[in-house]
Amino acid sequence: MVKVLERLGHQVEYPEEFTCCGQPAFNSGYWDEARAVAEKVLAMYRSAEIIVGVSGSCGAMMMTFYKELFHGTPLEAEAKAHAAKVWEFSDFLVTKLGVTDVGAKFPAKVTFHDGCHGLREVGLKKQPRALLAKVQGLELVEMDAAESCCGFGGTFSVKFPMISTAMGEVKCDSALKTNADYIVSCDSSCLMHIQGLADRQKKPLRTMHLAEVLAKQ
Amino acid sequence: MSEREQILGRIREALRVAAPKPGLLSGPGQRVPAHEKRPTDFSPWLPAVGDSFEERAALFAKNSAELKTDFQLVANRDELQTKLLALAHAEGWKKIATHAGELTNYAFAALGLPVVQTGGRYKMDELESSDAGITECDALVAQTGSVVLSTRSAGGRALSVLPPHHVVLARRDQLLRDLPAAFTALKQRYGSSYPSMMCLITGPSRTGDIERILVLGAHGPKKLTIFCM
Amino acid sequence: MSTVAETFKETARRMTRDLRHRSWIQNALGKYYIGRDEKKARFQNWQEARQAAAEIKWDAVNHLDKYLEQFVSKIEARGTKVFWASTGQQACDYIVNVAKKHRVRSIVKSKAMTGEEIHLAQALEKSGVEVVETDLGEYIVQLREEAPYHIVFPAMHLTRHEISDLFNKKLGSAPTDSPEELTMIARRTLRKKYCAADMGISGANFAVAETGMISLTTNEGNGRLSTSLPRIHVALIGIEKVLPTLDDLALFLPMLATAGAAQAVSCYNTFIAGPRQEREPDGPDEFHVVLLDNGRTRLLADAEQRDTLHCIRCGACLNVCPIYKNIGGHTYGTTYMGPIGSVLTPHLRGLTEWKHLSFASSLCGACTETCPVKIDLHHHLLQNRRNAIRCKSPWWEKLIFKGFVILMNYPLLYRLGVKFGWLGQKFHWLIKGTKLDPVYAWTQSRELPPLARNSFKDYWRRKQS
Repeated sequence: MVKVLERLGHQVEYPEEFTCCGQPAFNSGYWDEARAVAEKVLAMYRSAEIIVGVSGSCGAMMMTFYKELFHGTPLEAEAKAHAAKVWEFSDFLVTKLGVTDVGAKFPAKVTFHDGCHGLREVGLKKQPRALLAKVQGLELVEMDAAESCCGFGGTFSVKFPMISTAMGEVKCDSALKTNADYIVSCDSSCLMHIQGLADRQKKPLRTMHLAEVLAKQ
Repeated sequence: MSEREQILGRIREALRVAAPKPGLLSGPGQRVPAHEKRPTDFSPWLPAVGDSFEERAALFAKNSAELKTDFQLVANRDELQTKLLALAHAEGWKKIATHAGELTNYAFAALGLPVVQTGGRYKMDELESSDAGITECDALVAQTGSVVLSTRSAGGRALSVLPPHHVVLARRDQLLRDLPAAFTALKQRYGSSYPSMMCLITGPSRTGDIERILVLGAHGPKKLTIFCM
Repeated sequence: MSTVAETFKETARRMTRDLRHRSWIQNALGKYYIGRDEKKARFQNWQEARQAAAEIKWDAVNHLDKYLEQFVSKIEARGTKVFWASTGQQACDYIVNVAKKHRVRSIVKSKAMTGEEIHLAQALEKSGVEVVETDLGEYIVQLREEAPYHIVFPAMHLTRHEISDLFNKKLGSAPTDSPEELTMIARRTLRKKYCAADMGISGANFAVAETGMISLTTNEGNGRLSTSLPRIHVALIGIEKVLPTLDDLALFLPMLATAGAAQAVSCYNTFIAGPRQEREPDGPDEFHVVLLDNGRTRLLADAEQRDTLHCIRCGACLNVCPIYKNIGGHTYGTTYMGPIGSVLTPHLRGLTEWKHLSFASSLCGACTETCPVKIDLHHHLLQNRRNAIRCKSPWWEKLIFKGFVILMNYPLLYRLGVKFGWLGQKFHWLIKGTKLDPVYAWTQSRELPPLARNSFKDYWRRKQS
């Protein structure tokens, strides 16, 4: 992502002390612990003009859930201000910058998986596809139920591994049917889960993050 | 304190804290903002219907085909008679059931078959063994291909649902455009004193409970025929 | 004795491995998706319709006392007997007593999820009355002595052969593999029941306050027959089913049918205003409406989750839920399954015992997206999780998340942790996938990605220098 943004002529800063948005604790019901982590995040990005991230789910956490997490606390206004500054990478390129061609080249057949947070909380659907359409040599095929959850769901994947696995298998089958070389998505967690499953079951599936595709030249 | 008072008390206590109105939650998923006043006109959002009788009749016919309702426009009473007799003959009707009404009186006279009248009290097993139930109606709805009727317009509750073939006699001016119009019509007609039952019927009885395969005539009528004069 | 949560996990383990079940349900729902999208497309503006429906239900539920009183006064004026039941037990007792008083021997029942909720059929049968479910799907699962699989399609999980065997065994009918013939067998059997029954029990989809009527939706006509032929009709309705005006039905009936069953509008939408009137030739002599609280006022008091009471029981959320599709309706072990069930059950039956349903979700949000009345379902699951942890959190989990905070808030510790993890991964293969493996929950079915030697932080540092 940094490479692509710099290629487009932007100055990228990164607070080195950043570790996590706090979502694992939030999703597990530990909102006090999540708040403890999120408070630090609000502080480190206080002076940022715009915040861009490569994750649909982290984006959703900051854009939608920080407001809920800090509702009724003194940091509520700051959480809202922070949410307004956060952009998911593909949305930033297409919606904010109005750019769809980032000069990428990647001759391969790919299919796109719509990660749930990105799709339903951030509103990603057209943006990644618009970017992929401009990648030289790339062919995009849609799989059935591209919008269907892959089964990761954070701690859900280890609390209810049997259900998580079944959902992942359905996604893998759907992707295999397209004969694509790669599954591309905006969320590494989805990709990690799908790849992990495919590797264990020896299925010929490879995953790649959208930012990786866009960085290829 | 009665149970009623207890429940209402709990409700009032609960409602002292306000809940947010839908649509006030902002977010990318929120495509439609809240309305200022609570919406009452649904026609602009429901499926579109044309204004002329021809358009409505065409839409009703299209919906009927999909629902497997036999919908026929008839020009006059003579044509109605011909069609009824043909139907009775084709289906092999031996006994029909009906109620007193301008169109139904004409129909059962024309058919000349043994008849069960559901005007006053009648015998349930007589109705149960009838081959067809002929009724009038309050309205037809073009938008959905539905028939609107009540205990008063259709001879009680069972007549339109117990016999295996339900025949509806309607007039052209009863063909309304959409569901909002249908409910307005019911309010206008019965508002001062509602019948104990009104019904919106859309097609013959059906079920998809076995392997999601459509089967007609689950419990109600297997056939629905509508003559619109 | 295993807890409810343990039973849930065991059953889920079994069901998710059942590939026949998986493809059966995928197939059944595939047809639904196509039909639903086609019917939604007919709306001139589905999203506006959703917003309107959400606002109308908000109005109804947030003025519940006013609308309930209006409904009751109008319907009582026509001779209906209204009974207010705080608990399921009270509702059961009342209905059993009505049956006793009128020497009822047999009852025909049209589908009512509230009836399942309070175990009404069992209570009546215990008092010596025959209860026959008339909805074909419900009739089938009743004969099989199992719970409904889905709130709208109770027998969705069964093949025609299983149904044929069932009818052969219980009704003595000849085996057949035609759904049409099977339906006709049920039709013939049930027709006799309708004509002979002393009482009909139904639920209601809506209770219209303005005109004092209940609105009852079926496709089969069993609702019409159960409420027309027997001499007594009892309707059991959750208090939240209230709808302000008759005209509102023009919006809700098509939305219920489209979202729930991929139909433009259901076959029979019946509006009942009271018992038979003087000049009417037929209909029940007595009409009773039982209003059921059973925990609903408790949910009403939770302003954050109050919109759960907007639910019109269409079943659309079940149809899109990837968890439901993979574990099936029976695994939940509750009256209400799927997303709405997971949100609702802790409120109706207790958070401690039923919180696991809120955790058994990837929070994908498909339910919220599809709900015709815009209930914030997946966010409520998150709120249930928070409430459950506030109530009682497992000590080891609390410890893990306290550790999480420390690791994340002290970047030095975080970097050390990552390097340690990278090193540890070199030896992971020794215990991977065995019970000694600390990440067994993941590695039992998946590979872990190899942690990169150089993290983004390392890259960034090098870049700066």
